[in-house]
Amino acid sequence: MSDVENRELRIVGFLCNWCSYGGADTAGVGRFKQPTDLRIIRVPCSGRVDPLFVAKAFVNGADGVLVSGCHPRDCHYSDGNFYARRRLEMLKRFLPFLGIDARRFHYTWISASEGQRWQKTVTDFTRRIHELGPQQKAEEERGS
Amino acid sequence: MNGEEVKKKVAEVLSKVDVVIAYGQGFDAAHGEPCFITKKEELDSLILNPLCEHNLASYLPSQKKKKTGVVVKGCDSRTIVQLLEEGLIERENVVIIGVPCRGVASAKKLSKALGHRQVEALRFEGDLIVAKTSEGEKRISLVDVFPDKCRTCQYPTPLVYDVLVGEPIESDKDPDSVYGDVRELMGKSLEERKAYWEKEIDRCTRCYACRNACPLCVCQDSCIAETRDPHWMSQRSSLSEKMMFHFIHAIHLAGRCTECGECERACPMDIPLGKLKKKINMDMLELFGYKPGVNREDKPPLYTFKVEEERIEEHEL
Repeated sequence: MSDVENRELRIVGFLCNWCSYGGADTAGVGRFKQPTDLRIIRVPCSGRVDPLFVAKAFVNGADGVLVSGCHPRDCHYSDGNFYARRRLEMLKRFLPFLGIDARRFHYTWISASEGQRWQKTVTDFTRRIHELGPQQKAEEERGS
Repeated sequence: MNGEEVKKKVAEVLSKVDVVIAYGQGFDAAHGEPCFITKKEELDSLILNPLCEHNLASYLPSQKKKKTGVVVKGCDSRTIVQLLEEGLIERENVVIIGVPCRGVASAKKLSKALGHRQVEALRFEGDLIVAKTSEGEKRISLVDVFPDKCRTCQYPTPLVYDVLVGEPIESDKDPDSVYGDVRELMGKSLEERKAYWEKEIDRCTRCYACRNACPLCVCQDSCIAETRDPHWMSQRSSLSEKMMFHFIHAIHLAGRCTECGECERACPMDIPLGKLKKKINMDMLELFGYKPGVNREDKPPLYTFKVEEERIEEHEL
């Protein structure tokens, strides 16, 4: 894992305030061990996550992006995550067209009580990103 | 495509509207250009031939409440349907003069075929373009200078119109060919695709011509590529900023692009921008069975949702 081997990678997480952020908190309160590569950005709802947030993260060199919201039907605003699901699926299919590995982007649903599930998601996702390695920023690659 | 008949139809429509947007002769013999007709005397400047490449429906959202007549080809009519779907124009304010079309000439490809020489005179003989330059006359087949959209055109006859110039025609192109170029690129490896787009997009000069020409980029002066608050993009001309700009354009057109090809026509650097939008359209068709600009009653897929999505699966880690 990140804290033992290799350098830490940059993973950006967009978590909805009501479920997933609570879930991450539950994991913390439960003192579950988690990798430290993820930087969490708290958003009011997964419906607030513009696909361009994710795009911007990747363009600026993020190695992975995770979006997590309330389970479908459990949205605090009743339908935010339904819109998010469509947008994020669109994005997930679009990224590889531009040459960004779709595995670097993951979206899922985690409720505030699912601390364990959060731990598993973040651990598995971080492991996957480490397997893929750091993403080369376009400029770095071209040496300018 | 008949120049005289369109003049007659435009004359009829002109009495009922404030302005008719049609095609006129451009700065030389090899270019058409949009022209706005308000008086009967101006009718003589009208043309209708394969030089009529532009999508005139682009002007409609900015016409606001003005009653407007507009000349559209099949592909352009999809833009009108999409604008209606999204409530960006009102049907009663538009009089649509439909033109069945067998394909237009891309001014860029034509110029290239003529070695970028000044065109002194140009005429059409059936499917041939006969252009006179300093090198003498050259005959070019129209098919050879088709913009990409014409090669796979599915809608040669406008989907919506009030008057039609000429007889409706059916498409003879294979429906599967529409996304052929996207599939071809998807068949390559991730690294190849990345290299492909880096090479293409690196040429971008961020002139925003693609955005300005796009009939569905309706944010106008509030485009987030230029706003300072929020500051989405800097003025740097790095590859990542260019990439970001094209991300913005493609994602803001997700499930909306009617594949009219205006972005590619306007691009001075010949970047295949239409492909980005076509890829998303292909996914929208697969996921939601949705095609932009074909049915006025449809709702763009990202403007709505279903509680149970039939074709979106949960992703496992």
